Amino acid sequence: MIKVEGLTRVYGSFTAVDDISFTCRPGTVTGFLGPNGAGKTTTMRVMVGLTPATRGDVTIGGLHFHDIPNPGRHVGVLLDASAQHAGRTGREVLTLGAQTMGLPMSRVDEMLELVSLDETESRRRIRNYSLGMRQRLGIAHALLGDPSVLILDEPANGLDPAGIRWMRGLLKGYADRGGTVLLSSHLLHEVEQIADEMLLIGRGKIVARGSKAELLANAGGAGTLVTALDHDQLTGALTDRGLSFVPVADGIRVDAQPVDVGRLAAERSIVLTELRTASGGLEDLFLELTADTQRDDVSAAPAPEGASL
Amino acid sequence: MTTVPGSTAMTLDISQTERVPFSRLVHVELRKMVDTRAGRWLLISIAALTALVLVIQLWVVLAQDQTVGFNDFAAGANIPMNILLPVLGVMSVTSEWSQRTAMVTFSLEPSRSRFLAAKYVGTLIMALIAVVLGLALTIGANGLYAAFSDNQVTWNLGPFQLFCFFLLYVFSMSTGFAFGMLLLNTAAAIVVYFVYSFVLPGLFELGSALMGWFKDIRPWIDFNNAQNPIIEADVTGKEWAQLLTSGLIWLVLPLLIGVWRVLRAEVK
Repeated sequence: MIKVEGLTRVYGSFTAVDDISFTCRPGTVTGFLGPNGAGKTTTMRVMVGLTPATRGDVTIGGLHFHDIPNPGRHVGVLLDASAQHAGRTGREVLTLGAQTMGLPMSRVDEMLELVSLDETESRRRIRNYSLGMRQRLGIAHALLGDPSVLILDEPANGLDPAGIRWMRGLLKGYADRGGTVLLSSHLLHEVEQIADEMLLIGRGKIVARGSKAELLANAGGAGTLVTALDHDQLTGALTDRGLSFVPVADGIRVDAQPVDVGRLAAERSIVLTELRTASGGLEDLFLELTADTQRDDVSAAPAPEGASL
Repeated sequence: MTTVPGSTAMTLDISQTERVPFSRLVHVELRKMVDTRAGRWLLISIAALTALVLVIQLWVVLAQDQTVGFNDFAAGANIPMNILLPVLGVMSVTSEWSQRTAMVTFSLEPSRSRFLAAKYVGTLIMALIAVVLGLALTIGANGLYAAFSDNQVTWNLGPFQLFCFFLLYVFSMSTGFAFGMLLLNTAAAIVVYFVYSFVLPGLFELGSALMGWFKDIRPWIDFNNAQNPIIEADVTGKEWAQLLTSGLIWLVLPLLIGVWRVLRAEVK
């Protein structure tokens, strides 16, 4: 539904977005992941015509955003929840949107209810809103026209854990009904549970893409986090078996499946106190893939062999 | 939702969707001018200050037993209008940028030229409301003058006078609008407008006192000065021409550059 082809955006000598191409399909949630300043926002801004592309093309449902009549009815956009007049009430912001799109005013109440902003909150001015409330209002605004495509930039930013869970459910249900969702985040855990497809972007380039499973497979499989009563015994056994490992905080991270580590421990009668898939698998991958584009040095984490960039 | 559940069509079905009608855009832009505290108080201040100026004027002329006509009260009402209507014009544009609402506005109406046109029509409607208000207050002041003064009272209020009233307010509003687009920053645009409106006439005055040749061209390039015959509602052919040339410099040119800027500006 969203098609990005060879998109490039250059600011002077700085290339914010460097020849990226991808497609978002109806019925799926696409997670757009990358560190701050990687080019996510620029890409989304080009999508809705706020920033002209230097090269390349973006179409939504086969049309340029500019050519979509009454675009709010087709494409819901949230680029910056703070980009609202501080002196307007939340209800007024939705009313202006509903009037522009030609929607009945009842839609405003429906959306306020959907994002759990109550009557009193909706009549407060936005300068008194927390970031989380602004995000909720922004999501309400994006959904106002009952669009079939959603473009959300960092929608989970500022939401509390319960809010993030609520948003996940909302977007998942929306995609299940046939909608197309593109959402960006710089935090992996916000999107890994709902994104059917993930795009990892660093320094303007897409460095990896695919479903969570595909990404992990490409990274050489998930690691295992294991702790034992006797660590020396365990590391000895791992070395014998030829498995590579790194000691982490209070355990050992092994580049193997948990079942292999468990079998090895059983053979050698090593008592394990913990055995699980390293939850940081994707997180590590994310950091590694975007390592040279990070502001902070994460080179301590070795790059996985065979990772296709 | 425009997509049938379960369908995987890669195209949007826009056959049932009309463009946002222009009248609706104008309506929304008008609403934006009054739905914030800043906007509402600006409108209230314009009305209150205009009334205040007229009350003071009335008080002075009655106390000193001067003979004044309807035109004099109209000129009095014009003073606060001329200062504050441009501010309204400036803010209607710049608030979209300083409060960054343009991002949301353009995601609902991507055609910036339509957006600007709607905004401009909105400010013109405001100017029309200001004319009606200014007129009502002026009539009130002249009526009170008639009641309390023994002097001759004049009610010279023809269609041409009304037209001049409207023209003046449109010029004020439009100049503010143009400066707003040009600078896209509320404070800067207001400061530049006030320099244009209060400092520049002094410089023009000084220039024409010092240089003979400047004195000759001044009427053709001084837009503030060229509006004086309109305030008097007594305009000759030559004065219309001077209004046109100076207006091209101080109103049309900034409007054109401003429009060009807004159409191209990246919305941050």
